[in-house]
Amino acid sequence: MTQHHQFEAVIVGAGGAGLMAALHAARSAKVAVISKLYPTRSHTGTAQGGIAAALANMEEDHWEWHMYDTVKGGDYLVDQDAAEILAREAIEAVIELEHMGLPFDRTPDGRIEQRRFGGHTAEHGKRPVMRACKSADRTGHMILQTLFQNCVKQQVTFFDEYFVADLILEDNVCRGVVAMDIASGEMHVFHAKAVMLATGGFGRMFKVTSNAHSLTGDPVAAAYRRGVPLEDMEFFQFHPTGIYRMGILLSEAARGEGGVFINGQGERFMERYAPTMKDLASRDVCSRCIYLEVKAGRGIGGKDYVYLDIRPETINRYKSAPGGRTVTAHELETKLPDIIEMMRIYQGVEPMREPVPIQPTAHYAMGGIPTDSSGRVRANEGPGFVTGLFAAGESACVSVHGANRLGTNSLVDLVVFGRRGGRAMARFCQQAAFAPLPADPQAAVVAELERIRANTGQEKAGALRAEMQAIMMDNVSVFRDAGLISAAQAKVRELKERFAHVQIDDKGRRFNTDLLEAFELGCLLDLADVTASSALARTESRGAHSREDYPQRDDANWLKHTFAFAGQPSGAGLAMGEVRLAYRPVVVTKFEPKERVY
Amino acid sequence: MKVTLKIKRFNPEADQKPHWESYPVEVEPTERLLDALHQVKWFQDGTLALRRSCAHGICGSDTMRINGGNRLACKVLMQDIVKDGGTVTVEPMLGLKVIKDLIVDLEPFFAHYRSVMPYVVNDEALPEDGRERLQSPEARERFDQGTKCILCAACTTACPSFWSNSTYVGPAAIVQAHRFIFDDRDRATDERLAVLNEQFGVWRCRTVFNCTEACPRDIPVTQLIGEVKRALATGRVE
Ligand SMILES: Cc1cc2nc3c(=O)[nH]c(=O)nc-3n(C[C@H](O)[C@H](O)[C@H](O)COP(=O)(O)OP(=O)(O)OC[C@H]3O[C@@H](n4cnc5c(N)ncnc54)[C@H](O)[C@@H]3O)c2cc1C
Ligand code: FES
Repeated sequence: MTQHHQFEAVIVGAGGAGLMAALHAARSAKVAVISKLYPTRSHTGTAQGGIAAALANMEEDHWEWHMYDTVKGGDYLVDQDAAEILAREAIEAVIELEHMGLPFDRTPDGRIEQRRFGGHTAEHGKRPVMRACKSADRTGHMILQTLFQNCVKQQVTFFDEYFVADLILEDNVCRGVVAMDIASGEMHVFHAKAVMLATGGFGRMFKVTSNAHSLTGDPVAAAYRRGVPLEDMEFFQFHPTGIYRMGILLSEAARGEGGVFINGQGERFMERYAPTMKDLASRDVCSRCIYLEVKAGRGIGGKDYVYLDIRPETINRYKSAPGGRTVTAHELETKLPDIIEMMRIYQGVEPMREPVPIQPTAHYAMGGIPTDSSGRVRANEGPGFVTGLFAAGESACVSVHGANRLGTNSLVDLVVFGRRGGRAMARFCQQAAFAPLPADPQAAVVAELERIRANTGQEKAGALRAEMQAIMMDNVSVFRDAGLISAAQAKVRELKERFAHVQIDDKGRRFNTDLLEAFELGCLLDLADVTASSALARTESRGAHSREDYPQRDDANWLKHTFAFAGQPSGAGLAMGEVRLAYRPVVVTKFEPKERVY
Repeated sequence: MKVTLKIKRFNPEADQKPHWESYPVEVEPTERLLDALHQVKWFQDGTLALRRSCAHGICGSDTMRINGGNRLACKVLMQDIVKDGGTVTVEPMLGLKVIKDLIVDLEPFFAHYRSVMPYVVNDEALPEDGRERLQSPEARERFDQGTKCILCAACTTACPSFWSNSTYVGPAAIVQAHRFIFDDRDRATDERLAVLNEQFGVWRCRTVFNCTEACPRDIPVTQLIGEVKRALATGRVE
């Protein structure tokens, strides 16, 4: 039996973006939030370091400086009209969070306390600036909790542990979504005037990642399979400081407080590559430098990792703390309690006495579902939109992050564009009627799920997933070239063929995570294909996309966004065949592209 | 190392009652128990059901009874719970209905959470300059401990009072209430304290300290409960 619901606005995803949108949309529209996880389990809760806003509580700062840093950080692939909105509205959005009750750290005069973060500077690159508003090193946790608390207060309707597997999209009009109630296995059709996808990242396509097991991009793949384009998918951020081999993130806040990178020769190597910003250069730059050090044999013991050193004696020797201050172990422990605990638990090191082995970890999808600054989803590289479809957060691409996101700029993106998207949905719902549902909107995805459940092929989802993650990590990560990317693309397509033969063990209905994990794998395979295909076509190096065969940025030919379409939209199953690519110009307003030095 | 995972299984579609099953796994001593459970699920028996997401102790999904105590499976390393050749027992949390294998029904837990008004209430005018409400670092520090809570339910499902009667609001909800009661921006202290003063409120706590021991975030749960009791007894929030 399929159950039916009708809500004016359906928001898929209960992370920072989805909850912010819900709070704003629910002021006038009838809203439901659907999430495959309990809202407080969303990955926003793992964000550590902070949320950027030029509050100027610690020192002089201006939203124009924030905007400049965002554009430069994104290697000029950022749409500058959107970056301006981000930097301006960051301020009121952070204040709104405080008014909702968020427990920010405080300055002695009672204002929100801020810290330094990579790529955030004063006066257009002159020196690091304290712009990241924070709550110790659990800022994302506090944002997620506060937004959820306010949803409880505002009595927002939730469908927890419902898995959205398909969009109801016909004639360029989105009419709702199809979801499975995970606990019972029953299918539910949600008829809506407006749907928002706020489903986070999809870093699980890589072997070493900071992303949750749940970050598999299912609704993003569902949109793609229904003909919606995906923008700039070749840009995936590798964060320089993942715990060696596990990929668990150690926030840039560690370097904001004075931590430094050290190579196998005991050298603070970032001084060589980025004389001004040093260890606080932007993430793509630091990750590349680590790879280069390792390649030159200067990893620790010649191996594939380097150290992050936050010992007070090191910080004090290099005078690398803010303002060259002297720091103590006690102070670091209060500012970075969670990440110091993670170093102890997962790595077994005592970070006040030893340096910590780290390697770059797949962290953030700059690309995603293309939207305008109201969250409306673009139907193509031209001026068209998909009626009734919105997106926000990491699953969207506005694009404010361009080719490389700055630390603390995602959390602002969630609240600024979550809020804008929520309001835009509410306005849309006031003037739009419910578009009629097609007959049996659930049929396609039910057929795909039943195919997987009944399949007797010889492939295991776990094995296929491991093969995909390995090739994407080896061939489409920090450094790439045509040979590597083509090999990855071929491998991913082979895996897509083999996916047809995946057999699962659990044939039941209730809490069948075996089935859902297999479905998620299919989604990741589609997104990996798009990532590799977009990367292969872009014959330049920009931000996180670094081609050894095309080492220069090429503004004459490539100052443009990639739009990837499924060659043959496939409904609810894997999109087979070629990925079709088109391009859209970048919006440049205030800052002409320049060479990027830190 | 080679170890055995002894897991309590229950499939509502096939089983009358739970039973134990054992799985041999080969793991690095520095791997998480969650990695070992994934090895079972991905390569031996896909029917095993568990919740998990972040895999580093922040999302609160994978609380289970590990060797008899509540822990997050992603926050314990194999070397810390078992020796080579040994056995680890894994069961669902106690006190909540088992839905399947290691998955329990969390709805009663979240209902208790909602009952304590887990949000800042303050209808006073906002600062005229459009900026943040001011709060001193000391006032912020006063309720810091409770803000670490990830709603994993480890404390509540380790509590004998909760086992004997699940109408008891439980330690997690009291920690949440504490976070707001002691936030000087909040104005709903009296309503919240009234909820906790009821029959199944804070007085059911028998100070057994299981909660404090179970908390994966090192929150001094029993101490916070004590502070709420004191606020009720003295009528003062300090
Ligand atoms: C370890 C870590 C630290 C970080 N630190 C920072 C930081 O300090 N500052 C910063 O700015 N950024 C940081 N980031 C990035 C930032 O946290 C994320 O980009 C952001 O939180 C994503 O939020 P979101 O709302 O888009 O998605 P998420 O919070 O990931 O939420 C996704 C939601 O979608 C739901 N969902 C997904 N698929 C489905 C489906 N099929 N059906 C139904 N629901 C579904 C999930 O249940 C979940 O509720 C960090 C990221 C990581 C991983
Ligand atoms: S999986 Fe998130 S706490 Fe363990």
